[in-house]
Amino acid sequence: MTQNERYVAAVQRKFHLQTIAKRLGWLENSLEFHYAYRALSGELALSLHHVFLKSLRTLGSEEQIAKWTPLCNEFQIIASYAQTELGHGTNLRGLETEATYDAATQEFVVHSPTLTATKWWPGDMGRSATHTLVQAQLICSGARQGMHAFIVPIRSLQDHTPLPGVTVGDIGPKMDFDHTDNGFLQLDHVRVPRENMLSRFAQVLPDGTYVKLGTSQTNYFSLVVVRVDLLLGEIIPLLQKACVIAIRYSVIRHQSSIRPSDPEAKILDYQTQQQKLFPPLATAYAFHFLASSLLEFLHSSYDAILNKDFSHLPELHALSAGIKAMISDSCLQGTELCRQACGGHGYSKLSGLPSLVSRVTASCTYEGDNTVLYLQTARFLVKNYLQAQAQATPGSTLQKSLPQSIAYLTTTDLARCPAQKAADFLHPKLYTMAWAHVATRLIKDSVHHLETVMQSGADWDEAWNQTTVIHLQAAKAHCFYISVKSFTETLEKLENDPAVQQVLKRLCDLYALHGILTNAGDFLHDGFLSGSQVDAVRTAYLDLLRLIRKDAILLTDAFDFTDQCLNSALGCYDGNVYERLFHWAQKSPTNTQRNPAYEKYLRPLLQSWRSKL
Amino acid sequence: MNQDLRREREAASFNPELLTHVLDGSPESTRRRREIENLILNDPDFQHEDLNFLTRSQRYEVAVRKSATMVKKMREFGIADPEEIMWFKRMHLVNFVEPVGLNFSMFIPTLLNQGTTAQQEKWLLSSKGLQIIGTYAQTEMGHGTHLRGLETTATYDPETQEFILNSPTVTSIKWWPGGLGKTSNHAIVLAQLITKGKCYGLHAFIVPIREIGTHKPLPGITVGDIGPKFGYDEMDNGYLKMDNYRIPRENMLMKYAQVKPDGTYMKPVSNKLTYGTMVFVRSFLVGEAARSLSKACTIAIRYSAVRHQSEIKPGEPEPQILDFQTQQYKLFPLLATAYAFQFVGAYMKETYHRINEDIGQGDLSELPELHALTAGLKAFTSWTTNAAIEACRMACGGHGYSHCSGLPNIYVTFTPTCTFEGENTVMMLQTARFLMKSYDQVHAGKLVCGMVSYLNGLPTQRIQPQQVAVWPAVVDIDSPESLTEAYKRRATRLVEIAAKNLQNEVIHRKSKEVAWNLTSVDLVRASEAHCHYVAVKLFSEKLLKIEDKSVHAVLRNLCLLYCLYGISQKAGDFLQGSIMTESQITQVNQRIKELLIAIRPDAVALVDAFDFQDVTLGSVLGRYDGNVYENLFEWAKKSPLNKSEVHESYFKYLKPLQSKL
Repeated sequence: MTQNERYVAAVQRKFHLQTIAKRLGWLENSLEFHYAYRALSGELALSLHHVFLKSLRTLGSEEQIAKWTPLCNEFQIIASYAQTELGHGTNLRGLETEATYDAATQEFVVHSPTLTATKWWPGDMGRSATHTLVQAQLICSGARQGMHAFIVPIRSLQDHTPLPGVTVGDIGPKMDFDHTDNGFLQLDHVRVPRENMLSRFAQVLPDGTYVKLGTSQTNYFSLVVVRVDLLLGEIIPLLQKACVIAIRYSVIRHQSSIRPSDPEAKILDYQTQQQKLFPPLATAYAFHFLASSLLEFLHSSYDAILNKDFSHLPELHALSAGIKAMISDSCLQGTELCRQACGGHGYSKLSGLPSLVSRVTASCTYEGDNTVLYLQTARFLVKNYLQAQAQATPGSTLQKSLPQSIAYLTTTDLARCPAQKAADFLHPKLYTMAWAHVATRLIKDSVHHLETVMQSGADWDEAWNQTTVIHLQAAKAHCFYISVKSFTETLEKLENDPAVQQVLKRLCDLYALHGILTNAGDFLHDGFLSGSQVDAVRTAYLDLLRLIRKDAILLTDAFDFTDQCLNSALGCYDGNVYERLFHWAQKSPTNTQRNPAYEKYLRPLLQSWRSKL
Repeated sequence: MNQDLRREREAASFNPELLTHVLDGSPESTRRRREIENLILNDPDFQHEDLNFLTRSQRYEVAVRKSATMVKKMREFGIADPEEIMWFKRMHLVNFVEPVGLNFSMFIPTLLNQGTTAQQEKWLLSSKGLQIIGTYAQTEMGHGTHLRGLETTATYDPETQEFILNSPTVTSIKWWPGGLGKTSNHAIVLAQLITKGKCYGLHAFIVPIREIGTHKPLPGITVGDIGPKFGYDEMDNGYLKMDNYRIPRENMLMKYAQVKPDGTYMKPVSNKLTYGTMVFVRSFLVGEAARSLSKACTIAIRYSAVRHQSEIKPGEPEPQILDFQTQQYKLFPLLATAYAFQFVGAYMKETYHRINEDIGQGDLSELPELHALTAGLKAFTSWTTNAAIEACRMACGGHGYSHCSGLPNIYVTFTPTCTFEGENTVMMLQTARFLMKSYDQVHAGKLVCGMVSYLNGLPTQRIQPQQVAVWPAVVDIDSPESLTEAYKRRATRLVEIAAKNLQNEVIHRKSKEVAWNLTSVDLVRASEAHCHYVAVKLFSEKLLKIEDKSVHAVLRNLCLLYCLYGISQKAGDFLQGSIMTESQITQVNQRIKELLIAIRPDAVALVDAFDFQDVTLGSVLGRYDGNVYENLFEWAKKSPLNKSEVHESYFKYLKPLQSKL
């Protein structure tokens, strides 16, 4: 399908889904909707509508929520969320769009002062949305008050044409997400009423007085909510699907033989193929549990924050940033590995894998560039570490405990790993501790580097930029530790189901040990692991591949994706790979339609030669 | 020109033109390359709409039109030699995938290599002139890299003196060959030869598939396009199913093996020669990796000099993102890798030509090593490049995801390199097989030569049992030679570990093959280490040949960065092998950061030196003049979705949605 056709189809699907939902009385944000999305693999238009609603609920006052929610739910308006600009992305403070308060008319004048201030990328904005939530610099009483969110109508509710002062359109073809009309938006002194600024955490009074009710971080709260939702709603299922497809295909595909006399072997029986596919499989499970526990943490803090208790916000923000970065990074790596593990057929779109890769890859830069997000986590780590250090100095009586996710920084730590043989590395306590050790060391290191650079005369900001590479490393180790910990905690809860517990424990072991091996340098660096211990880890790891091999298919079946949802000739449940591939290829438009190139170019080419003969 | 880029270029410490000469081989080659590029890029017949806005069918049509035009032009210019044709096109239409490409890159060369004089007389002229358009059909739906597993059969019938070609199963359908779907009317088909009731393995047959004049599939032939792919939209990769389809005996390529009219099979003299084409294609792919990565680096680095974001210090204007250490850490090691691969690619090309001459004189002694080296380097460079292009794309943030950046296209066009012409893991294992053989030879007291000669030192190092680890000298992290030595030690160690693990498994498993499978992860590691060593070695040797001081200085920094970055990524190997100490690794990490600062002022000039024209890059973000944002906006306005102000779907679905609910 062309970009245009996919867009139309996505709008159509959304339309049908809403009609069904209305009939069955599903609530917005309900599990029913979540399952419907999963079944339709997200090929739906108007998903930003829900981002708008979430932002409204976190940033809007009660009156605003009461006013706009029904309009959205009834689709009287179609809303989008416009933050990123042509010249500015992840750094919110750099956004150029302005909203200047005019006390005379009690309106905000929303304006794009430069070309680079053009809003660029927001989904559903190119062709669909009637309203959008614009993030803009608030200017009132002559001062810049930072980023705030404004509801701006952009298209006529009568005939859908752009409103006066609004230039809006689609930003053109992308790697994927053809069904979404990511858009651009230029605002030329567009006026919106004072009530259109979302005002739970900040208000502008009629006379232009600015009243702040939250902290500087509250404006990011809606981003945190969206980010956490994306993990289970969009990103992780992409990796899970890739694993299902690649692993199923690997038991159907036969290639070469292990012994010359044997028939061709299933490619999943090759050690190299197991080493490609099982770590992503283990990761897919690890992330599922990690994201679930993050979601729980969000839910438990959500109401408190809306009621202006911000004590958990910094930790939530830091956790969600780093975890989003880690999950999207590894999901991309894993999906791409799965695609390549299917050989040539993985390159065919009929395998379903190219579109999984090109969707997951977008997640590495949307909702915050991963590097920037890791560094936000690192900033939180450094800050808390310094605080803990200050408190630990003798004479200090203030013993404030560290946020829970980093409490491990102050627990006593072994300098050497006590493991003696390969089997010792199969103890969750042992490898969790190993990861805690490495994360702690790297965080200490990064603080140390920072202090050294500062002692040589640089100020904090300069020193920070000169040491970001090590901060990045520390944040990654921290996030990996958190993921290992959440996986092992999940295992503990499975005591009543020993069979499932055993098979998941193998995946957990594999996840943690694979992590150690790929970062062996960090573990060897301070002698925490010795060379022979790393060898023992490798032995344990290779044994695990063999053990997981037996359960591999069931482990992918357990994700429970329908064939329709996988949309892959290679990954179908019945394994009739080749028949389906042939059948699907024959249906391709290149085969069902005439070949205009032959008539126009090939034939004249062939005949031009003949006439010369 | 964009102010930032102008400043960058003025501040560079060297003249990029001189570096371009190094990359091309000589000032003369640079001149000729540009001449031909301009000839083609300025030709109005080759102009077309931005492919990003076209459907697959339209893109195929544009490609066929360009191919047809090109053939006419080649007739005009009188270019006829197949190798020349291939370079003419590959070198000068860098971004371009063409459906009739396989006629020249595979059909004709195979005919030349494996056809008799009579066969060449019969087919060559018409295929060169495209009276027949040929392709090369090897891969089947169920069988790829493992050639012996192919199922298509060619059974000889002495009564009619014909071969009966048959696709006995679904899995035996030929699948993937380029140009097979819609364009070609002939194919060289690889099939299992059966005569007098016996199977003699794979042989090549010329099979007519579409009728001359009408272009319709011939009776007994089912042929078509395999459907949409990640990239290569312009290419009609095809399928071919043959249903007891008869071709004359003369259509089997018989330069080596022959089937006599009565069905008697005559064996070929040597089968090593068939390696030739594979080695050639793979060594070419190493150069292709370098070119693709160089393009991606050009785009990402230019854009990073134009893009401003965040702040290093509060209150100061937004800096160029290239000033962030993390951005430098993402991109400069890739830039260094691009240069390393450029030199590896040039070396492969030279070596191929040198050894080809030897083969011409009947000397096949170096062929096994060349074969092993090209296999491993093809895998090593394509894996690295694949990940690196993605990293460049993501370094451009959201805009990298838009087709305007050109990066998605570079990626999807390059990525099949990891799986075609020999799947990478299989390639690595072929190299490993050669390494293991060399290792055994050394232990049998023989000396090995070429790139593996470092293994000769192994027996003497084993005076201390269990310790490959005691090395004579300390690594000097400021010396490319010393760092090459460190990589050599890593390779030695990993080859030795793989060999020992293999021996152990052989003792326990009793079957060599099962042991091989259970050691394959170690074997791939050993091959990777070997290839990494070769890349480092070739880069540091290249430095010795650079005369210009300023160019030498900047390349030396890149070479150091390439070496040190690899060490820091694989620190575990260097620590575990006691090749380097913990404190040296700390120094390595420190030195990398210093090198980032040192390379920063030359970054833009270093990508300018790759000398890609804007058309070739196909990227709004990577434009030479840096006027990114204006052109991005103009580009987006051309998007098909913007053709009307209110989209049709509004009336169809959105409006009813608003009113019905």
